[in-house]
Amino acid sequence: MDLNPRDQALLAELCRGLPLVPRPFAAIGEACGLSEAEVLARLQQLMTDGVIRRFGIIVRHRALGYRANAMVVFDVPEAEVQEAARRLCALPEITLCYRRPRRPPVWPYNLFCMIHGRDRARVEELVVSAAQAAGIAHLPRAVLFSGQCFVQRGARYGKPRSTAVRELA
Amino acid sequence: MNDALGDREKRLLDEFQKDFPLVPRPFAEIAKRLGVDEKTVLELLCDLVNRGLISRVGAVVEPHRAGYSTLAAMRVPSEMLEAVGAFIAAHPEVNHCYEREHELNLWFVVAAPSRRRVAEVIADIEYRTGLAVLDLPLEQAFRLDLGFPLTWT
Repeated sequence: MDLNPRDQALLAELCRGLPLVPRPFAAIGEACGLSEAEVLARLQQLMTDGVIRRFGIIVRHRALGYRANAMVVFDVPEAEVQEAARRLCALPEITLCYRRPRRPPVWPYNLFCMIHGRDRARVEELVVSAAQAAGIAHLPRAVLFSGQCFVQRGARYGKPRSTAVRELA
Repeated sequence: MNDALGDREKRLLDEFQKDFPLVPRPFAEIAKRLGVDEKTVLELLCDLVNRGLISRVGAVVEPHRAGYSTLAAMRVPSEMLEAVGAFIAAHPEVNHCYEREHELNLWFVVAAPSRRRVAEVIADIEYRTGLAVLDLPLEQAFRLDLGFPLTWT
């Protein structure tokens, strides 16, 4: 699906987040030259098309008491990676699960996931149980606990508002 | 702190990470379901944002459908970490930037409308910091952030 400049502008607004006012979709529409009804229709379509995977409240795990957050990575042979990922995704404690390239020799891992827990010991337990459940406990892995957060916000895939508006004019 | 969360706030977080009402007055619809008024819902959400417990009410997009993104990692000498982290976080294309416990101790996500812009941002970061950036683009997404079942203990 190709996104026209107007969709790009809308998507940028939707990623940045709704203004907390009674009619947020009307407010967003004003910012990108769409009516409230058009914003709702496009949003619905973007969700149906799978461009937007979720729309709703986006929580900060850490602030909510999930103080231990780890990126857990595994080195899984290509033939086994689909099955391992499928099993990992069945576990509620796994919030993200991606395959990415290895970069030997500095980075030998190809399967990435995120695990959140209230403390470090809990996350370490979850890592072991998840690895066992996925059948990859015997494979090399690393657990990268999060330290300082420099930024966490919505992706800004769209062009900055001023540019997008100028293009539409 | 979740200890400080009331029942209405917990319900907001439990029920509206997905299934957010896509109607002209969504907060009025949420209010109806929670048995409060629209103004109360808006105040609760503003308060959750101000306390840093939620980041926003917004969209999570499928990677590479509306633009391009990558996960990047750097090995930053500890005395430079603060400055490099702040420098990277200041790029509007960077939406996550975390210190992590590993030799590669700084991790960030770059998202932009095009692959080319993502490459430019990474090149700029390498040039300005003098440090190598390991680029780990997505090859396959098995699970995205589709909301998180919170346990209220």
